[in-house]
Amino acid sequence: MTGDRTQGGWVIALSLLAAFLLSGVPLPGKLDQFRPDWVAMTLIYWCMALPHRIGIGVGWLVGLLLDVARGALLGQYALALSVIAYLTLQAYRRIRIFSPWRQALTVLVLLLIEQVLVFWISGVIGYPPRDGWYLAPAFGGMVAWPLLFVVLRDVRRHFQVA
Amino acid sequence: MAELKPSKRFRYLFTLNPAATLRLGLWAALAMGMMTVDHRYHSLDGLRDLLSTAVYPLQTLMQAPTAIRTWFTQNLANRDSLLEENARLREKQIFLNAQLQKLTTLEAENRRLRSLLESAVNTPERVLIAELLAVDFDLYRHHILLNRGRRHGIEASQPVIDQHGVIGQIMRADLLTSTAILITDPNHALPIQINRTGIRTLARGTGHFQQLDLPHIPNSEDVKVGDELVTSGLGGRFPKGYPVGTITRVEFDPGSPFARITAKPLAQLDRIREVMLLENRTDGVTAAPAPVVP
Repeated sequence: MTGDRTQGGWVIALSLLAAFLLSGVPLPGKLDQFRPDWVAMTLIYWCMALPHRIGIGVGWLVGLLLDVARGALLGQYALALSVIAYLTLQAYRRIRIFSPWRQALTVLVLLLIEQVLVFWISGVIGYPPRDGWYLAPAFGGMVAWPLLFVVLRDVRRHFQVA
Repeated sequence: MAELKPSKRFRYLFTLNPAATLRLGLWAALAMGMMTVDHRYHSLDGLRDLLSTAVYPLQTLMQAPTAIRTWFTQNLANRDSLLEENARLREKQIFLNAQLQKLTTLEAENRRLRSLLESAVNTPERVLIAELLAVDFDLYRHHILLNRGRRHGIEASQPVIDQHGVIGQIMRADLLTSTAILITDPNHALPIQINRTGIRTLARGTGHFQQLDLPHIPNSEDVKVGDELVTSGLGGRFPKGYPVGTITRVEFDPGSPFARITAKPLAQLDRIREVMLLENRTDGVTAAPAPVVP
């Protein structure tokens, strides 16, 4: 349509906002331990779909807001999200052509890296994880990925975000 | 179609982005620098303040479903149930008022006796009610975010309680919100006293909402399951005599000098909705040490 011009930035911002709100909604009962990190997953999607627009800097800024919202050390999520944005940018060509379940596995790996980074830093400042449950949200994210992918892809196509 | 124009698509399909690694390095270095400064020197509080004010509308929005449900149940409740509730509350108020009268006399007497003994009197003056905005995403760190901040007169180290007992204390007060650390946080230790025997010790958080550790009680002490714990008022952060929890397990281990004692907090820490903040006026008690693990 408009050639090389970018458009639909507000869609990206809104989707990140929605993800942010969604991550505050608890899941029922025991399932809550698996509550996916929607913000990180949305970021992975946009890095994969529009690598020329969304990248390390955006990931870092989104992460900084997460730090404030979640009461983490300033920079904790910023570091984790910029790292997964970087990894997504390096691999997006391959991820794009994967089947949904291989994609989900890739996302699992990315989310595991995020969790490990965040909890590694938490451990350094005196909050070491008690058990392995802190990795559970990554698995929740893997299961939720195909759904999120389809929704965001349709949103992107509908609003012609480029 | 939302796809890129051929020229652009081509460029991004076949060229590696060598600058990405460099950019990651820069951003990561910035993040690490910020973390160090935030953790060691706490000199980024201004930035956190600014950002938390920016995030505040989002957090309020997150609470919207709960707020809407509360509004509906309050406004669409039928007359009978409202009348019934009203009657029940009135009854309760009469009952509480009667108790309060007794308490006022007791307090006056207590104050008189204490002034005879020339000891310091701690009277919390004002109580402020705050609502929970969010809990920490981190499962092992028991911090909660409250919807009252410096603008409402909240300061760091103010004690936080609910109707059952002590919840924690304010760790950081931003402009519109504040963060409280719960007594079950692994980095929190609360000076307490066992009500029955008067033994003073610390109640250390474990990272479980239902469990506190009492690590420094010798095997020879008289401690039983069911004993009540109250704040001892030492350290100057918490006023004396607020209920904290009950002892759930006592194990005497002959091999170690201290008994293994755990307690359960009275406050329901995993289902907090509203909390009360005490204005802590501690006269005569020297400045409090930070809540650290001994």
